[in-house]
Amino acid sequence: MTADRSDSPDMTALADVILRACAAVGNTQSALLPLLHAVQHETGYIDDAAVPLIASALNISRAEVHGVVTFYHDFRRNPAGRHVVKLCRAESCQARGGAAVETVAVSRLGVGMGKTRGDGAVTLEAVYCLGLCAIGPNALVDGRPVARLDAAAIDRIAKSVNA
Amino acid sequence: MTRVFISQDMASIALGVDAVAQAFRDAGCDVVRTGSRGLFRIEPMVEIEDGDRRIGYGPVGPQDVAAILSGSHPNRLGNVADLAFFASQQRFTFARCGVVDPLSDADYAAHGGWRGLEKALGLDRQDVVDCVKASGLRGRGGAGFPTGIKWQTVLGAPGSEKFIVCNADEGDSGTFADRMLMEGDPFCLIEGMAIAAHAVAASHGYIYVRSEYPFAIETMRKAIELAAGRIAPFTLEVREGAGAYVCGEETALLDSIEGKRGQVRAKPPLPALEGLFGKPTVINNVLSLAAVPFILDKGPEAYASVGFGRSRGTMPVQLAGNVRNGGLYEIGFGITLGALVNDIGGGTNSGRPVRAVQVGGPLGAYFPPSMFHLPFDYEAFAEAGGLIGHAGITVFDDSVDMAHMARFAMEFCSVESCGKCTPCRIGSTRGVEVIDRIIAWRGGRQGAGVALPHGLGAALYSRSPERMQSDAAAQTALLRDLCDTMKFGSLCALGGFTPYPVLSALDYFPEDFGAVAAAAEVVEPVR
Ligand SMILES: Cc1cc2nc3c(=O)[nH]c(=O)nc-3n(C[C@H](O)[C@H](O)[C@H](O)COP(=O)(O)O)c2cc1C
Repeated sequence: MTADRSDSPDMTALADVILRACAAVGNTQSALLPLLHAVQHETGYIDDAAVPLIASALNISRAEVHGVVTFYHDFRRNPAGRHVVKLCRAESCQARGGAAVETVAVSRLGVGMGKTRGDGAVTLEAVYCLGLCAIGPNALVDGRPVARLDAAAIDRIAKSVNA
Repeated sequence: MTRVFISQDMASIALGVDAVAQAFRDAGCDVVRTGSRGLFRIEPMVEIEDGDRRIGYGPVGPQDVAAILSGSHPNRLGNVADLAFFASQQRFTFARCGVVDPLSDADYAAHGGWRGLEKALGLDRQDVVDCVKASGLRGRGGAGFPTGIKWQTVLGAPGSEKFIVCNADEGDSGTFADRMLMEGDPFCLIEGMAIAAHAVAASHGYIYVRSEYPFAIETMRKAIELAAGRIAPFTLEVREGAGAYVCGEETALLDSIEGKRGQVRAKPPLPALEGLFGKPTVINNVLSLAAVPFILDKGPEAYASVGFGRSRGTMPVQLAGNVRNGGLYEIGFGITLGALVNDIGGGTNSGRPVRAVQVGGPLGAYFPPSMFHLPFDYEAFAEAGGLIGHAGITVFDDSVDMAHMARFAMEFCSVESCGKCTPCRIGSTRGVEVIDRIIAWRGGRQGAGVALPHGLGAALYSRSPERMQSDAAAQTALLRDLCDTMKFGSLCALGGFTPYPVLSALDYFPEDFGAVAAAAEVVEPVR
């Protein structure tokens, strides 16, 4: 079953993803962010094994790629849970009870902020503003925006995550 | 067939509007998806076409279709444009947002679109720059730098390759105008960028949109495709950010487009002279660029005739946080902060008293209601120790703990610092620690035990005597000193302006820092 293990990615598939992405976004250094987005979109995260492949595709150093992957909050170096809940922590959501909603989310989802639950069902993480600042507290649930969060809304999210 | 207008703004979608739109389609209506009008209390809203009028109903759900179509629904709002919240605005930039189909070129043209570009193309480059100068338009991204002067520098810069970059990173909490415009009237931004390109002789442009705005990214990409013929030979592309607040800072943004870590560059050189890929570059906020089609079309005087002091034209103000009438309100400069929060905003949503408002995002000051006389004006806010920034106003009721908000400002800075300069990178972390000590001391005085947060006790061992004392007065003096270092020692406004929310919280709400009894002992910082 070794081939299925997430810590040993299929290098041929990864190289193929990078090749196809480069065809769309180009192969200069300026294409690095679009390329990383494309790789993460396809494979769920940026495996360390992708770094040298990306570096040689764009003709830049591995250090430069590593530096960029680790600088931006969006890029993951490990797979996320099957569901991703991004909870806004910025001021406007705080003004509307965001902290209390965060406490409820941590307990009902059974996972700490910035963590993936043991069973891999859900990742809960902070986001700083979704631009929905008059209708908070807000979250992105698998990319879908949800506003006016309260305990009942968190329960619905928890239910869909556990389903 | 009944025509129904329904927003597909991300906020409307977050409130469940998609199910409403589907229900109307199922009922056989011709549903036109628009941007949002900008008053979220009445959303999800639907507008039924009635001759020249659009009769609004909101908030409504998918179960309300029959009652709405028969006109009997209790949440009937009347003609939407006549609602006081909308009728009292001066919509120069947002005139079409919420009205048109964002991706209909015909709609855009029918509502005055492309006329500004047409006029610009008939003018010399210098005349276009002069027109923007005469309008008095200042950068809406925060710093308020005159847009025409920036363009002049780029026009005068030597070089055959120049760029137009639109800053759509909109990371400030309490702001969403850029997002609403890109989702609701993307051609307006494209037209503004094409005018800028003509003015400075640029051939290619980038719109750098934060990744938290997937709907804006999608809409902009489609709109660029549709408008390609209109703006040729100028070309445009969208660049998606990757969750770094500091990439809103213009030089960090340029590095990010170049495929690097989003770190702030030292200035000079100005981006206008050596910007993207080292070439002369106009970098402007979405709202600055989107104001330009109006200015070219209606003339600079029409724009400049509205405003206050050196703040000319209108500002799309964003009412956010704990406010009853949250949303977008475009109005000429000069309206007071109190009028915006209380009269337009209707006070808090919770019904409790307003205690503080933060103006200008996470780097903006907190003001108490005693400052509500301030006119919305760059200079007036600067004089009062704050900033307008991107014109987001975040309202808090009396349940807010301002020491906690000050701590958050420092924490946010430490999370988002690009790491290039020490005052920002290290200072923000030390700031969190100092405020933690103040909060612990405050808790101790209130009988909750004086135990310091783990590990902070050790940080007190130091040569300077104030640092040996964990009481609020000593720690407050230390905090002021630290803010001073950040303010004057940081490379950009992330570290440099984080002291605004911290110090304003401290100055206006000292009681939250345990300072009631200790106030007299506060040591004045060395200035
Ligand atoms: C930390 C930081 C974040 C910023 N974020 C933004 C932003 O999200 N959008 C923006 O337009 N300007 C932002 N700015 C201001 C830009 O550096 C720059 O002043 C602006 O893009 C210039 O455009 P304007 O003249 O049209 O305002 C930010 C500045 C700093 C220091």
